[in-house]
Amino acid sequence: MSHKVIVPIGPYHPLQDEPEFFQLYVEGEKVVDIDIIIGYNHRGIEKLSESKHFDQVAFLVERICGICSSSHPYAFVLAVEDILGGEKSVVPERALYIRTIIDELQRIHSHLLWLGLAGHFIGYNTVWMWAWKYREPILDMFEMITGNRNNYAMYKVGGVRRDMLEEDKPILEKALDELLPALDLFRGAVMDDPVIKARLKGVGILTKQQAIDWCVVGPTARASGINIDVRRDEPYGVSDRLNWNVIVEKDGDIFAKTVVRILELYESVSIIRQCLDDMPGGPIDSDVKDIPPGEGIGRVEAPRGECFHYIKSDGTNRPVRHKIRAPSYMNVASNKVAAVGQTISDATITLAAVDPCYCCTERVAVINKPDNKKILNGWDLIRLSQEKTNKVKEDLLNAGPG
Amino acid sequence: MEIKERIKEGLSNKIVSWDEKSGRRIYFSVKKEDIRDTVKFLFKELGLRFSIATGIDTPSGFEILYHFSFDELGIFYSVRVLIEDKKHPQIDSIAPIFPGAEWIEREIWEMLGINFVGHPNLKRLLLAEDWPQGDYPLRSENES
Amino acid sequence: MDFKLKALTKSIWVFHVSAASCNNCDIEIFDCFTPRFDIERFGIQLAGSIRHADALLITGIINRKCAPRVKKIYAQAPKPCVVVAVGQCALSQHMFRFGYNAPLPLDKILPVDVYIPGCPPKPEAIIDGIVKLVKKLRGDK
Repeated sequence: MSHKVIVPIGPYHPLQDEPEFFQLYVEGEKVVDIDIIIGYNHRGIEKLSESKHFDQVAFLVERICGICSSSHPYAFVLAVEDILGGEKSVVPERALYIRTIIDELQRIHSHLLWLGLAGHFIGYNTVWMWAWKYREPILDMFEMITGNRNNYAMYKVGGVRRDMLEEDKPILEKALDELLPALDLFRGAVMDDPVIKARLKGVGILTKQQAIDWCVVGPTARASGINIDVRRDEPYGVSDRLNWNVIVEKDGDIFAKTVVRILELYESVSIIRQCLDDMPGGPIDSDVKDIPPGEGIGRVEAPRGECFHYIKSDGTNRPVRHKIRAPSYMNVASNKVAAVGQTISDATITLAAVDPCYCCTERVAVINKPDNKKILNGWDLIRLSQEKTNKVKEDLLNAGPG
Repeated sequence: MEIKERIKEGLSNKIVSWDEKSGRRIYFSVKKEDIRDTVKFLFKELGLRFSIATGIDTPSGFEILYHFSFDELGIFYSVRVLIEDKKHPQIDSIAPIFPGAEWIEREIWEMLGINFVGHPNLKRLLLAEDWPQGDYPLRSENES
Repeated sequence: MDFKLKALTKSIWVFHVSAASCNNCDIEIFDCFTPRFDIERFGIQLAGSIRHADALLITGIINRKCAPRVKKIYAQAPKPCVVVAVGQCALSQHMFRFGYNAPLPLDKILPVDVYIPGCPPKPEAIIDGIVKLVKKLRGDK
């Protein structure tokens, strides 16, 4: 049987928090093409930046994305500090450590969030609940250090806004100690589960050449064998002084992307611990007054990949041009090749595997369907995905041990 | 040979100016007619990663910066082109070289009105369908 | 007060719409359903479709692309349906209100019953807003 059915996922689907519209063209069970329409999140932030002064822009870009609420302001202040001669020449030592701690805590909370959503999409609601449950202590740490669970308002040009108190350190260390057994739990639950392996291995493959041609970044790239990580390639904060590993897998499928994210969680815990041990005292801000004319580029390794900010300044206190490129901009576009060839029941997890952050991408998509074919909605697709997991479980049980 | 020398040598007849703002930030200009060959050289031959492109409306024309990352050393090589014709701005598309450039060219087109010749799918990316034609939000005549 | 709405206060099904938001509010809404806050013990559940929903939770600034869709979703909701604006963006478009893509704040597009301020509002604040909503529906002061 072969007739083209168009399956819209979105724009408003209960468990995809962000509105985007994927139109999948299917023949029978297979996805043959995909249209990605974005623009529902476009808020005109680049233009708004030009009307705010540099201190205000840090607050503005924090609200580009709630999940990477630390990456965007960090990349922005790095871009401005690039004009001033580079982060290391402007920012005091203690502030570098605080910046790194916030950045890595953000990575932990973001990867746990993704783990929960991915678990839900394939029908493991327990994983969803547990991942988000273990995320709560991390948000408590944010509240303790910065005053807010999200939107930390920590970064400013020349340093950080708030200091970490000495009495907070042991509390943070304890929270990390309590997180590690949970990470072991997830690692075992995900990487050793035959059903999850059967569902995710070989699915949604992005080959290395495709990853290069689509210029993907972050765990999406590292899962396809591309060894890039801004923390190592162009170190910022104190990432070049600590011992940690870049996690690279080679299969390019969803299982590889999951493994990369889970192992990165361990690395982040280790980085924060090292920061807490080595952090010196001293000032946290160098009180930058004027931004000279010039151009600067700042980039950080957000949980989804390289987050890029470009600032052009003419010596006044507002940017002339502010270009923001979030990692998902490159990664989501690659779904054009990763999702094609999959079955409908694998569609949701494939699309979710790049950890899309549409608010970062500031894109919204609109799709108009010309033909009136049978339409499945996003809820149906998640149900299909969960049903496939049940079937896989049954098959494995019937196949017996070995 | 070091990557910088390879770029200078491979694009020697195309580079109009060269500006090293720091050890990791190198900006060089080429004529807009040479952009496709330049990008092909940087992407295909040298294997640099395309990070993104930036479009700006300046008094002397539309400036596009193509940012390429040399990940091994963490250096950005940003290629600058200037499109002086502001009435009918256009430039060759680099999307045929690699698909990763498709979205950003669509975005620069809808935000600044620059036509990318040879783009496989030049249509709106971000703005609503009923956004007025000819209204380009990032042009400087639009107040921030 | 509408009898049906009073009956609904026992178990409210909410449909969540994110209309050009940064997602912070959306994540805090989902956090309400996770073990620590567990709003489901009050009978509040996420509905899979607007047609099953009693309450519409909206976040975001409602940009130009979203506005017609938000109106359409509200039109599809079986009445009575209460509208809850969650987060500063839904209340007043926050720092994006002078942008070129932010035509109108939410309460000029739909009738809003409950405003929950915050950027993002903590789950406790969201639960507080829902409790106030239930009280309002029951006619309590």
